[in-house]
Amino acid sequence: MQRRNLMKAAALAATLGMVAGAGHAQDAEKKVIGVSIPSATHGFMGGLNWHAQDTIARLGKAYPNLEFVLATAGDAAKQVNDIEDMMATRNIDGLVVLPFESEPLTAPVKAVKEAGKFVTVVDRGLSEEGIEDLYVAGDNTAFGRVAGEYFKTHLPAGSKIVVLRGIPTTLDNERVEAFQKALGSDVEILDMQHGNWNRDDAFTVMQDYLSKYPKIDAVWAADDDMAIGVMEAIAAANRTDEMWVIGGAGMKEIVKRIMDGDKQLPVNVTYPPALISSAIEMTALRFVSNAPVTGRFIIGSQLITPENAAQFYYPDSPF
Amino acid sequence: MNRLNLHTLGPIVALIALIILGAMLNPAFLAPANITNVLARSAFIGMIAVGMTFVITSGGLDLSVGSMAAFLAGVAIIAMNAVAPALGVHWGTILLGMGVALLGGLAAGWLNGALVTKARIEPFIVTLGTMGIFRSLVTWLADGGTLSLGSGLRTLYRPVYFGGIGWITWPIITFAVVAIIGEWMMRHSRFGRHVEAIGSNERVARYSGIDVNRVKLMTYVLLGLLVGLAVVLYVPRLGSASGSTGVLWELEAIAAVIIGGTALKGGTGRVWGTVVGVLILSLIDNILNLADLVSPYLNGAIQGVIIVLAVVLQREKSTADER
Repeated sequence: MQRRNLMKAAALAATLGMVAGAGHAQDAEKKVIGVSIPSATHGFMGGLNWHAQDTIARLGKAYPNLEFVLATAGDAAKQVNDIEDMMATRNIDGLVVLPFESEPLTAPVKAVKEAGKFVTVVDRGLSEEGIEDLYVAGDNTAFGRVAGEYFKTHLPAGSKIVVLRGIPTTLDNERVEAFQKALGSDVEILDMQHGNWNRDDAFTVMQDYLSKYPKIDAVWAADDDMAIGVMEAIAAANRTDEMWVIGGAGMKEIVKRIMDGDKQLPVNVTYPPALISSAIEMTALRFVSNAPVTGRFIIGSQLITPENAAQFYYPDSPF
Repeated sequence: MNRLNLHTLGPIVALIALIILGAMLNPAFLAPANITNVLARSAFIGMIAVGMTFVITSGGLDLSVGSMAAFLAGVAIIAMNAVAPALGVHWGTILLGMGVALLGGLAAGWLNGALVTKARIEPFIVTLGTMGIFRSLVTWLADGGTLSLGSGLRTLYRPVYFGGIGWITWPIITFAVVAIIGEWMMRHSRFGRHVEAIGSNERVARYSGIDVNRVKLMTYVLLGLLVGLAVVLYVPRLGSASGSTGVLWELEAIAAVIIGGTALKGGTGRVWGTVVGVLILSLIDNILNLADLVSPYLNGAIQGVIIVLAVVLQREKSTADER
């Protein structure tokens, strides 16, 4: 958190410097894009923060007349403050925001829009429709469906699987419902418990599944952090050869193992933290080109297989 | 005397009831593999809770232990990864990592204790502060992601969690040893008597010539050391640490201490009760996973009811005693 604040201080100093220097560079017509995202509290958000910083550094070089302001917030109230600060002191022209929560962020983002700025909303929609110019998000239904289809086609009828769920949220419900629908009725789901997208919780839940069920053919861990806990529990019970595991989101360690052809991890389903990069890139295009970028951009969830894994592998990302 | 026995046996009765319930709901519950799982996963919270028993008995509190565990795990992993290229992948490197965790625990505990005793800040505030500090530091060290132990070291280190003597794995052995020493210290050592004396009446303890500050400081240092020991056994399990490691461990440890019959206001400590409390908490989780009794959404509610019930039963008995 401290480093984030330091970085923010640096960003603020850079912006102030820019504002001070704006008099000289009027003809270059500088545009400022504010980026407001949740801070890196778990693996996925850590990856998202990394991709945001990476994209901003690259775009800053590619388009000298674009200036970026990045703010990370640990809760919704802090994010509202960040956005108000961006409007009041940094005079942004565009805003890319991944709302911490939908409800509390709706009014402040609406105010930005009403001030005539370009607004891009990422991943979590606002509670009122029609505010944003551009909506960029992952596809939770496809995330569940792609995994469900893989289980259906790769398991013989009558197979038995167990499922680990995330933190109880609508997002998790969408994924699980789509998974069950795609799976059909030939494969039996023995159990579904919450592993809370956490390695330790998933380890515990999987240990108990292994005690409870003498035969399990496959596991939908639904998240790569949970997949790591699950695989550890399976290894400790010496049942590695009995079942395979599908995680999700495309963590680099998992993608690496798929690349290496690990039998226990045949595939993975993407829900890329790099979706923030798509949002920032498209918002930048709004200011540097004539390409139309308004509308909705839904990033499909793809199947990572040993053949295509290399293109999903980001060794430098923390996730 | 008879009544006192019934009163102190409360947690054990609850534990036995849970074991019978578990065995009835699913035969796999009493399989050696499941018993190993439950005992081994209780060990982290268990060792921390034994230390917490001393802190609470002396009238203190430590909210920072979960974050401290995550931070120490992160630092130990970084230390081992850093020296691995120079020292090579062997037990020396791992012993160094263990040393870092234990010494780090001592230092972190000393910091909490010194702020409480020397700077005279309320323990709740001190440890609320250090809780945030440790949690942020581990997130910062991991750059928001996860710190992972190199795979060679990990393979070597793994048996420390999963290995042992037959089905009795090292975490279980360590937890048992810590519990026995803790029980002995609380009952029979001068330190234990001083801790109880300070918790029941600090001023009287001071007038009786007890070095109150030193004893209080030592309770936090002991707790820090035990957090370090828990980390030594935690790291080989998944070989990683992140900002979400050890979340809410402090509350589980405090709950276990209170379920076990130690008074939250201090004065009476019961280490064996704490051990029973930890086992009760782990068994509730295990039984809920094994049995499909209720919607998983309600697991937290069931735990809450059992924790409150366990304490209510004891309170009723102690008010009866006072009358």
